[in-house]
Amino acid sequence: MAKDSVRDVVLSPVFKNNPIALQVLGICSALAVTNSMSVSLVMGLAVIAVTAFSNLFVSLIRSHIPSSIRIIVQMTIIASLVIVVDQVLRAYAYDMSKQLSVFVGLIITNCIVMGRAEAYAMQNGPVMSFLDGVGNGLGYAVILLIVGFVRELLGSGSVFGLTVLPTVQNGGWYVPNGLMLLPPSAFFVIGLFIWVLRWFNPEQVEKTEYRIVANSKAKIKETANV
Amino acid sequence: MASNNSIKKTLIVAFSLCVVCSVVVSSAAVVLKPKQVQNQELDRKSNILQVTELYKPGDNVDEKYAELITPRVVDLKTGQYADNLDPETYDQFEAAKDPATSRTLSGEQDLAGIGRQENYATVYLVGNPDDPEQIVLPIRGQGLWGLMEGFLSVRGDGNTIVGLSYYDQSETPGLGGEVDNPRWKAKWDGKKIYADGDYQDPQIHLVKGGASGEYQVDALSGASLTSRGVTNMLRFWLSDEGFAPYLARFHHDSQGGA
Repeated sequence: MAKDSVRDVVLSPVFKNNPIALQVLGICSALAVTNSMSVSLVMGLAVIAVTAFSNLFVSLIRSHIPSSIRIIVQMTIIASLVIVVDQVLRAYAYDMSKQLSVFVGLIITNCIVMGRAEAYAMQNGPVMSFLDGVGNGLGYAVILLIVGFVRELLGSGSVFGLTVLPTVQNGGWYVPNGLMLLPPSAFFVIGLFIWVLRWFNPEQVEKTEYRIVANSKAKIKETANV
Repeated sequence: MASNNSIKKTLIVAFSLCVVCSVVVSSAAVVLKPKQVQNQELDRKSNILQVTELYKPGDNVDEKYAELITPRVVDLKTGQYADNLDPETYDQFEAAKDPATSRTLSGEQDLAGIGRQENYATVYLVGNPDDPEQIVLPIRGQGLWGLMEGFLSVRGDGNTIVGLSYYDQSETPGLGGEVDNPRWKAKWDGKKIYADGDYQDPQIHLVKGGASGEYQVDALSGASLTSRGVTNMLRFWLSDEGFAPYLARFHHDSQGGA
């Protein structure tokens, strides 16, 4: 395997090979926790920490992991790290951990974390693996912040809790878009974001695997009748 | 690499990984536990202080709480203080789950939709415990999506509301979630619960469009079911099933004093 440069490993997952936008991994938590910027930020940091350290530890012991139990070994490491992150958040960011509630625990099931451990950390040295984890975590965090920005601005008229558009409920003029506060709106925002990203990077557009053709059954029926 | 897949190596790796991970996880839990308990305590105290409207941002929650608040446990049936229970350790939410310390509510009684109700509840007295400025009552009940838990603060006459605030609710953001909006919460100040000392029948309720008089508060727009939940839970907790016998004591107390 060719040596990757530090720059590539950290920066390419942010826009060029983004885990959410290109690989479409880790969508569920991106839908659930992005209704405000501050929650998105904390969630992004938590995922960066978990991906980076799980990559580091998996890479450190990679030459000793029996291939028959490697997935379980990775899961055990990831799960332990997630519990540690959850405990730390509860101790030092209590309000945030209340808002994130179950979604911190669900980082365990985030495909990005395990995908990177299996695809990168099993074959590469600890330092590069750590940086790869940071890069992919960053890619995730950037999307979360963008989606969080759109949803909080249009849904609550604020950014990081600071009022930008005074809402009608508080005596202002802006009628907030209630849909933006509900998880489905993140679908639209992420979809639009992927569209914009692929507009600038056309090589990200997948090749069409098959083309839908006109219905041929009707024709057969017709000929049968004749 | 082949040796990695031997049964011996597999077992060794699995075992040592488990030991290391469990040590890491349990030490994190143990080390951070005091900090977490402190956070929960602080959160509870600041919720109580906020509903009394005596708390200003920047105040030290612990000091203010110690200065102002005295918790007491009340027997809901008689309205008397239960001195055999320590308010610092008594947990009414645990008690509500235990058949020995709670009762099942029939469908007719159960306006708030809580299923079981504890026999004793913790109230928080503001100021002098014998003649409190305010009384903070814990209330809970079903909203649209789930249980809403909060505090209702009442003045020392046992009849005038200071504020209502929820510390745990899962109502629709932007609609029912507006129970958290300070502008809506401000509407509760000064409202009355009972008419003419009639503690059988709490009058306070939410109305759609144009609340008038001292027993009505504007409902939340676009959130009929959340508003109904709030009305029902107040009716339940302020009726004979809830705190009415306890609040009635303040009525008599104040008459006796005058």
